[in-house]
Amino acid sequence: MKPAAFDYVVPRTVPEAVDALGNGGRKAQVLAGGQSLLLEMHLERIRPDLVVDINRIPELDDMQITDNALRVGALIRHHVFESEQAVPGPLGSLFSLAVVNIAHPPIRSRGTMVGSFGWGHPASEWCAIAMALDADIRLQGPEGARTVAARDYFHGPLKTARRPGELITSVRYPLLAERTGVGFIEHRRTHFCFAQVAVAAVLIVHDGVISEARIGLVNCADRPLRAHAAEQALTGVGIGPPTDGYRLPEDHPFTRAGRIAAEQDAAPLAEPYADLEYRRHAIAVVAARTLCQAANDHRSRVGRTKGDSQ
Amino acid sequence: MKITLTVNGEEFPLDVEPRRILADVLREDCGLTGTHLGCEHGVCGACTVLVDGEAVRACLMLAVQCDGGSVRTVEGLTGSDGEPSALQRAFSTEHALQCGFCTPGFLMVAAGALEADSTLADHPERVDHIVGSNICRCTGYEPIRRAIMRAAQEQQQATT
Repeated sequence: MKPAAFDYVVPRTVPEAVDALGNGGRKAQVLAGGQSLLLEMHLERIRPDLVVDINRIPELDDMQITDNALRVGALIRHHVFESEQAVPGPLGSLFSLAVVNIAHPPIRSRGTMVGSFGWGHPASEWCAIAMALDADIRLQGPEGARTVAARDYFHGPLKTARRPGELITSVRYPLLAERTGVGFIEHRRTHFCFAQVAVAAVLIVHDGVISEARIGLVNCADRPLRAHAAEQALTGVGIGPPTDGYRLPEDHPFTRAGRIAAEQDAAPLAEPYADLEYRRHAIAVVAARTLCQAANDHRSRVGRTKGDSQ
Repeated sequence: MKITLTVNGEEFPLDVEPRRILADVLREDCGLTGTHLGCEHGVCGACTVLVDGEAVRACLMLAVQCDGGSVRTVEGLTGSDGEPSALQRAFSTEHALQCGFCTPGFLMVAAGALEADSTLADHPERVDHIVGSNICRCTGYEPIRRAIMRAAQEQQQATT
């Protein structure tokens, strides 16, 4: 099918865009990258009366670091994060590990990170990372600007705290300290599928002992999740000797944390080719492997800083 | 809505409905039927063109979004004498096409990457990502990968 007819406006400033969105309560949609929106419009699952194209608002095409946090504007495309250097420190590494799992290069050159928060898909890599890191989402509406924490933002599949008439202007992530270990692993059926499960892991380690763990779960429930129970089980635990994460012993702390993530944190939904038992198994395995990757990343960061000082 | 597209260097003043996607406008209004439409879901990549130098799915972009922009399609790859480009010759040499339906999309995603990245020949994993962007049901992808590598190596040799 082709998209049904709609009106189209191209505002040049954020207030103009908000005015257009609030105009008469019509079914309005924001068009940024459009890589999910246009597909839904082809299928006519979304039939907007009005499309507000924000691509010509220069202030949204901006990425800034202030107060030890990264603010990503609404027009920053996925592909920007393919370079580890786009964002300083381990956060840049985490983004570069995650971004290659988002579709393919021609989609990443149009699609935007902030657009993922507008769409709110449970399989979004960015949204799960935002949950793990306590990111917050900046919205501009007719009543002014407000900020919503990621933990309060996702309400269900494609359901978010964004109100009609509000425009997401940016998402803000805290930067990660220098020796923080990061990992991101995704499991999917084919190259062209959404994640069956993906895990983002962040480990803050002092003298081989985890002082804080943060774990984001992709497509492990009807919304992006943070694995609080698994994180707690890792606090104060030693990272142990290096391992590639394959066939870990049952009593390894990462195996245990993976099981806790799968059984206590995740609330997976059955699919025809992935029943609950399989999904929980996959979550446990991928979570354990991602934790190993994050621990190895921490070791190599420590090694590099030692090497620099010699 | 009145828009202007520069397609392969030629200016097209057009009057299009906002609902029309770039691929349809290129084919029907500009008469450039080299751009193929497969799935219209952004999955197959047959409709890939370059918009302001970047490879995009022409089925996931509205024509009105490109107002004032520059578009390159597969028709724009050949030289002014009508001779195939180095990339097209590499596709022919490596038998990187059979039925040819997906070829315009593969050529454009590869052309965009070759223009953006002069070191592509040194990074086979980047070529894998490009080949993985589109669907080909004939070749099994390996000849396409070889063709893009060949073009990348030729480009690198020409510049050094």
